[in-house]
Amino acid sequence: MTAEAISEGRTGGDFWDGVRLSMPVVVASAPFAILFGAIAVDNGLSVLEAFLMSAMIFGGASQMVGIELFGQHVAPWLIVLSIFAVNFRHVLYSAGIGRRIAHWPLLQQAAGYFILTDPQFAIAEARAESGRPVGFVWYLGLGLPVYVFWVIESGLGAVFGKMIPDTHALGIDFLLPIYFLGLVLGFRKRPLWAPIVAASAIASIIAYRAVGSPWHVSIGAIAGVLLAVILPPHHSGIGKRP
Amino acid sequence: MSTTFWIILAGAVATYLTRVGGHLVISRFETIHPRVEAGLNAVPAAVLTTLVAPELLHAGPAEWAALIVAVLVSLRGGLMAMFLAGAAVLIVARKFVG
Repeated sequence: MTAEAISEGRTGGDFWDGVRLSMPVVVASAPFAILFGAIAVDNGLSVLEAFLMSAMIFGGASQMVGIELFGQHVAPWLIVLSIFAVNFRHVLYSAGIGRRIAHWPLLQQAAGYFILTDPQFAIAEARAESGRPVGFVWYLGLGLPVYVFWVIESGLGAVFGKMIPDTHALGIDFLLPIYFLGLVLGFRKRPLWAPIVAASAIASIIAYRAVGSPWHVSIGAIAGVLLAVILPPHHSGIGKRP
Repeated sequence: MSTTFWIILAGAVATYLTRVGGHLVISRFETIHPRVEAGLNAVPAAVLTTLVAPELLHAGPAEWAALIVAVLVSLRGGLMAMFLAGAAVLIVARKFVG
């Protein structure tokens, strides 16, 4: 009974720890959710469809690409393939985070993978790295506010989209690069961080020019990961006891 | 149900497959080779970098100023401080250099 009460209190704390960490993500993603809703309606989606797309896909960049193609009336399978291509980086996230959450019950894992976004992965990885457990309640506290705000703000953008002011002056198009740069810098203490960042940056820029978006994400990511695989393990700090 | 709805549903399934796919593949192996583990540890820096780097191609003075300030703030402050500082510099700089 006592132990239960203590663990109850602890899980509540874990949930709010997660919520606290989710706030920058909620702030950074808000303009994109609203913008998505507005552009979606502009491209012929209904408010309900824009809302459903955010609720079911929950991946900003892929939703933007999807509605861009809706507007151009391309073949349905091509739209689905494009969404898949933009989201392909999540394969790497799920391979990475699987090591941290494999002990959860199956349903919790299934829900956990559904809300596995860029910041969700980065913040959960950072927590695992610092030696603290990645529990379901903490993970949900981190992901749930992001999801709820994303879906609601998409709907608001769809309804009130016409009222959006000059997005360039507000810097909205460049907010995510700043935010993602912050996430990258958060991992700067990891072994091989600088060479991996350099390899991924160079490869993604070359791929962006030569192949185009969104393939530059997968190509650049694979370059950085391969570098870490190819270099002898002792460079990566694997098997070394701290 | 409209075509749009089915496209959204298929897009959602495709997205979920990417979010569980890597785990389903990795979990088939009993032990993870050290080199694979090194590769998995490289994932955050490798993937997130690709979301930033190509943006530098079209970055002007305002964007560079924002990124440099953001990096400087991140050396001391947290993610939120870094993000707000970068966004503030971006908005102010765009007012002056466009």
